[in-house]
Amino acid sequence: MATFQLELVSPEKLLLSRPVDMAVLPAAEGEMGVLPGHAPMIVALRGGTITVTENGQVTDRLFVAGGFAEITPERCTVLADEATPVASLSRATAEARIREAEAAYTAATTEPEEKREAAMARLLSARAMLQAAEAA
Amino acid sequence: MPSLKDLRGRINSVKSTRKITQAMKMVAAAKLRRAQSQAEQARPYAERMERMLASLGASVAGSPDAPKLLVGTGQDKVHLLVVITADRGLAGPFNTNVGRFARARIRALEAEGKTVKVLSVGRKGAAYLKREFPRHIVGEISFMGKKRIGFEDAQEVADRITAMLEAGEFDACSLIYNRFQSVITQIATEQRLIPAPLPEAKSEAANGAQALYEYEPAEEQILATLLPRNLAIQVYRALLENNAGFYGSQMNAMDNATRNAGEMINKLTLNYNRTRQANITKELIEIISGAEAV
Repeated sequence: MATFQLELVSPEKLLLSRPVDMAVLPAAEGEMGVLPGHAPMIVALRGGTITVTENGQVTDRLFVAGGFAEITPERCTVLADEATPVASLSRATAEARIREAEAAYTAATTEPEEKREAAMARLLSARAMLQAAEAA
Repeated sequence: MPSLKDLRGRINSVKSTRKITQAMKMVAAAKLRRAQSQAEQARPYAERMERMLASLGASVAGSPDAPKLLVGTGQDKVHLLVVITADRGLAGPFNTNVGRFARARIRALEAEGKTVKVLSVGRKGAAYLKREFPRHIVGEISFMGKKRIGFEDAQEVADRITAMLEAGEFDACSLIYNRFQSVITQIATEQRLIPAPLPEAKSEAANGAQALYEYEPAEEQILATLLPRNLAIQVYRALLENNAGFYGSQMNAMDNATRNAGEMINKLTLNYNRTRQANITKELIEIISGAEAV
């Protein structure tokens, strides 16, 4: 089966770089499956899980807290704000993060639109983290 | 002529100095390795970010409502210099180099009639510049007591810069830091942040195929999140290079200090032995001449 190069980088290191069959990305406007030969795209990501498929099996699930992805026919580069394998997520951290984000959102109600949206995005990302942690 | 006791005391004190500098050299060498590998690990992200920005920036830069982070405020009056230095000293000319470079830049910009503001990152730079430009410094950030520099720290600096830009406090911004060239050479450099220099946007567009990206959501929206991120990445990179450079420089400085201490010990030991022999000879002469007189 055809493969493409998937690269997952966070600001602090290169997490993954290998040929895969398919990757499902949590794009800002809905989940997005990437197969080899995908049209060139740049997408924003929200908080969610990246699922990596090799030889018809899911081999890796990683949580990203947001970021970007650059897709070309031969390659898919994910620039994650923060990435952790789903297996090593913990509920406690996720819950703490939700509380923090909720507080930030309440504090931001009087702020301009953009700030509120950023706070909302953080809250959603934290909730996605909890979901991923529970599913693991 | 110092007495034997004085000489012994000095030799001992230089010896303990040498022990300290030697230990500091080892510590710096170990930390340097870690700092270097951290800098290397950060590189892939920065590279890819640059590539993405090149294709995005090219398509948006021309439009009149391009984000401020990309094109600046359109004026060129107030410059913000972000000066990055280490928090600690004992690293040879490391901090002074950046300080001197920053001073020259401030003077040059002022000679052009521009207002200069300084945001200092790291304790040493602040101390250096405060003496001469107390009114230019608008903020100080220090990571004293942190074990390692994380991306959040860079984010903090970047957020500060963004907030200042939004408040209209400056028109252009550059970073001044020590670029890590090798363990023995660090070069003080200036890097432009705002307006953002577009990396090889033209050559990419000339390739044709590269420029045909689809965007989801729209370009402007992606750019609005990508640009602050890019700023943080640039700061992060500078912080890491600064960090690696600092340990390199410190290792060198401590190596020199250890060598100098060794030389000093040799000289003092020679001096000590000579004095001791002179004393013995003197005593012998006294005894002999005393015996002869009897």
